[in-house]
Amino acid sequence: MKTDELITLLARDATPVNKGALPARLVAVVLVGALAAFIILVPWLGIRPDLAEAVGGMTYWMKTIYTLGLGVSGFALVERLSRPDAKGLFGWILVGIFAVTIIALAVVQLASTSPDQMRAAFMGATWDKCPWRILALSLPGLVLILWAMRHLAPTRLALAGAAAGLLAGGVAATVYGIHCAETAAPFVALWYSVGVILSAGLGALLGPRVLRW
Amino acid sequence: MSDLEARLKTLMLRGLAGDAAAHAELLGMLAGYLRGFFARKMGRNATDLEDLVQESLLAIHLKRDTYDRAQPFTAWAFTIARYKLIDWYRRNRSRGTEPLEQATEMFGSDDTAEVAVRRDLRKLVATLPEKQRVLLEDVKIVGLSNAEAAKKAGMTEGAVKVSIHRSLQTLMKRARSED
Repeated sequence: MKTDELITLLARDATPVNKGALPARLVAVVLVGALAAFIILVPWLGIRPDLAEAVGGMTYWMKTIYTLGLGVSGFALVERLSRPDAKGLFGWILVGIFAVTIIALAVVQLASTSPDQMRAAFMGATWDKCPWRILALSLPGLVLILWAMRHLAPTRLALAGAAAGLLAGGVAATVYGIHCAETAAPFVALWYSVGVILSAGLGALLGPRVLRW
Repeated sequence: MSDLEARLKTLMLRGLAGDAAAHAELLGMLAGYLRGFFARKMGRNATDLEDLVQESLLAIHLKRDTYDRAQPFTAWAFTIARYKLIDWYRRNRSRGTEPLEQATEMFGSDDTAEVAVRRDLRKLVATLPEKQRVLLEDVKIVGLSNAEAAKKAGMTEGAVKVSIHRSLQTLMKRARSED
């Protein structure tokens, strides 16, 4: 086939493209991923019995805003890094803001924690399970987001994969908060972050393998 | 460069609005720049030169929903061309010698004289599922309009469009895995 013929053929396929089509597709995929995480969470770990009470308090929202914030940062990065020649500076700034905020909250809390309570503030009762559960809950979302990105045009594949993992991990951690009754900011700053970092790391490993086009 | 940017971007925006003639003109111009760019990187006699031009045009077309209208068009198109070139280097186990940083590198000069393809996309078309292949040939080779092809195949025009789009996606995938 000559290149001119190919161009004629491609022009036949020149359907109008909606400006917001790319973000809309990503939002849809993320919502399905969040729903999948929730559907896995309920029979597996269950919802914390005091949820109704917890949503009236500060600590639940501290946790939720942090993890949701990571998800939003991840979304900003995925939306940019799915395009050629885009850097995603805004997303990185968001990650920084949320990370600094949770660390600051943790430091403030630790300042008024007695030495014998330090260990509990960091380790809670579930430190050894929390990151792995977040990673597990992030898997359906991660697969879906990578699949969606594959149809777009990421050019920095490890970075794009990490962004997908950050997004999936942030969403998964938010869903996990419906089960997890840990309240200490140091615990959240450490173990929730580790869970999301695991997910981002997995995404970075998968990116160069699955995102090629 | 900025004149060219404005001209190409206008064509791209018209193409994104559904203007097929503008889209064809854009791809035609890009083909020249891609050929010139790849010729400088791979050598004018590289057997894969025209294949890579075609593969890049397919990618630019199929990925056009990733173009952010607030950004320069030439940078976007150049990044795709560079990605395809690096991908080609990687598949052929050879190394790109110089870093490719600037879109000006690609849009400095064009080369409109088409060279022979090595891997004929027509052969790849033949490997498509029967129904998709017939539709593609109807619109491309026989020259039917989408509406005529739809009538002939007993499909809606929308389904014909989707089928052609899918065929092009399959072609791009197979063009990569052929090497």
